[in-house]
Amino acid sequence: MKEELKELYQYRELLYMFTYRDIKVRYKQSIMGLLWAVLMPALIVSAGVIVRYGYAFASGKRLDVGDVASVAVKSLPWAFLVSSIRFSCNSLVTNQNLVTKVYFPKEVFPIGAVMASLFDMVVASGAVTVYLLVTQTGWSVQLAWIPLLLAILVAQTLGFGMILSAASLFFRDVKYIVEVLLTFGIFFTPVLYDVRMLGNKGNWLLLNPVAPILEGFSACIVRHQPPDLLWLAYSAAFGLTSLLGGFVFFKHLEPAFAESI
Amino acid sequence: MSDIAVRAEHIYKKFRKGEIYNSLRDLIPTLTGRLFREQELSRGDDREFWALQDLCFEVKRGEAFGIIGQNGAGKSTALKILSRIMRPSKGQMFVNGRLSALIEVTAGFHPDLTGRENIFLHGTILGMTRREIQSKLDQIIAFSGIEEFIDTPVKRYSTGMFARLGFSVAAHVDPEVLIVDEVLSVGDYLFQGKCVERMKEVIRNGATVLFVSHNLKNISEFCDRCLLLEKGRTVTIGPAHEVVSAYLQRSRKSPNEERASGPVSISSARVHSEGEFGRLKSGDTVWLEVEVTARTPCTKLTVAPWMTNEANEIVFETTTERLGCGNFSLEAGEVYSCTFEMRLNVTSGIYHLSVLIYRHDTQTVYDEWTAVATIYVSSEDDVRGTAHCFPKVIHQEIRPSCSASCVVTTGDAASQATELPATRVCL
Repeated sequence: MKEELKELYQYRELLYMFTYRDIKVRYKQSIMGLLWAVLMPALIVSAGVIVRYGYAFASGKRLDVGDVASVAVKSLPWAFLVSSIRFSCNSLVTNQNLVTKVYFPKEVFPIGAVMASLFDMVVASGAVTVYLLVTQTGWSVQLAWIPLLLAILVAQTLGFGMILSAASLFFRDVKYIVEVLLTFGIFFTPVLYDVRMLGNKGNWLLLNPVAPILEGFSACIVRHQPPDLLWLAYSAAFGLTSLLGGFVFFKHLEPAFAESI
Repeated sequence: MSDIAVRAEHIYKKFRKGEIYNSLRDLIPTLTGRLFREQELSRGDDREFWALQDLCFEVKRGEAFGIIGQNGAGKSTALKILSRIMRPSKGQMFVNGRLSALIEVTAGFHPDLTGRENIFLHGTILGMTRREIQSKLDQIIAFSGIEEFIDTPVKRYSTGMFARLGFSVAAHVDPEVLIVDEVLSVGDYLFQGKCVERMKEVIRNGATVLFVSHNLKNISEFCDRCLLLEKGRTVTIGPAHEVVSAYLQRSRKSPNEERASGPVSISSARVHSEGEFGRLKSGDTVWLEVEVTARTPCTKLTVAPWMTNEANEIVFETTTERLGCGNFSLEAGEVYSCTFEMRLNVTSGIYHLSVLIYRHDTQTVYDEWTAVATIYVSSEDDVRGTAHCFPKVIHQEIRPSCSASCVVTTGDAASQATELPATRVCL
């Protein structure tokens, strides 16, 4: 494990180049270019506004600015999760040539895919920041939670990215399962809605390891409250396990990649 | 630090023939089928085959080592195991030092990126750092010879440009152990020459090189030692020229069965030389002994030896008749034998000697043995083309453009230079 991490460190330049390549290639020959990074979360936000409006209408309350801000803040990590899982899941299969022809630690593919999606999230977060400033959401020390929340989210994504990319190399079915899960996952994750909108039953949803992170983002950025630490610890443990497990799983299967792809 | 750069210890590699299960839909019926039908399991065994069996070799630091063999002999598998892309089923491979493999020189290219971006991408894939690439960037671009198009996406490149850029990047990695698989056959004639020069430079700089190629001329030129593989097994390891001739002998075509039953057939054909057979040089003499046996009486027979080069072009051809021996007739059961003496005034390369017997007035070919012997001829002079004319520069000079006579001469021709008629000879 130590050896493998050392090797990965030696290939950090390659990781950088793959990330650069993925970002560059994604927006080449497209008119909108980087705006696409904002469009995807923007669509999620508009869907969220409809859901929130419906909820407000049914409960007889007014739709307030904070609700929309909450959806906006949560749409970014969700868009990141979807795109990085989708990209990393296919990363080995689409780079078949390199998998079978050149030696280097192959985890740079899923990791690079996640990093490229992370870049998209940074671009899109610029737009959300503008929205938050315009609506005068304000700021507090609670914003200091953001790096931790982000780290847990990235750890989870990386772990799953590695597992899924290796698995889909052996069984192409994995790709389809993942597509279905990503499409309907939004209903089981508090992106368009908040957990508290469902009352006590809502806590069940927090078992989804992504949910406490999204709720955490919304809490510390929009409501200026600390995240629910117990659930966050659960998420962090899950993230760490999936990251380590994913890496070990990936490395265990790696020698068979070239002949099984 | 030991002086062994690469060591293979009893390497075995097993593959499965046929489809591997790539989707659950295929896997489930097969698994359930297995529960009921036992014979499915036993069938699994003959679907396995060994791509490599008990491969053992050692390469010393700074040595150039070649691996040859026919298609499917296991050469590429050996290299893939060596470069750690695959893991052997059994055995171990040790590599001492930074390893770089030129297996597919354009594998890392992304069509949408420009040539310059791809240099960085491909360079890092091959294990260089970005700083290293930056410092060699001009060299790489100049080597590829496509300065003009370096900021164009490579998808607009021609196949040749694509490959040239790929090789340029790969050729500028400074590895301690370099694995080369059939990449010197990239680009046009001029570019190939450049690649060969670059490879020699890498070897001169002290890198250990493992070389796989079908180009036996390159192998004999580059490699000190060589390994011959056949169906995954090691046939022989030894000095390159010996292994190359062993390989050529083994791949010799068998006599034509159909024609052997005709009225006259070649019963034996042998080639021998003065010295060691594997070490032929331009200008050496070889003898071709032919024996012809008649089954039924035949007249106006002529034996024709000929020689072809690697591209199967006829380099030389003659007949006993043309050489002034006339034609001959044989009664049933009679045996005719003759020996040709030939000087190999050819440049370095691989040549096949063949022989046929025919009736010269009707041009009927009775029997034909192609590639009776395949020989590798080496030459100390760097001469190209087919015929070796043993050229020498006996005089050269540069005449000044002004009227002042000032003669530049080189070597021992200095004293004669002023007396000979002044002609400009290339320097």
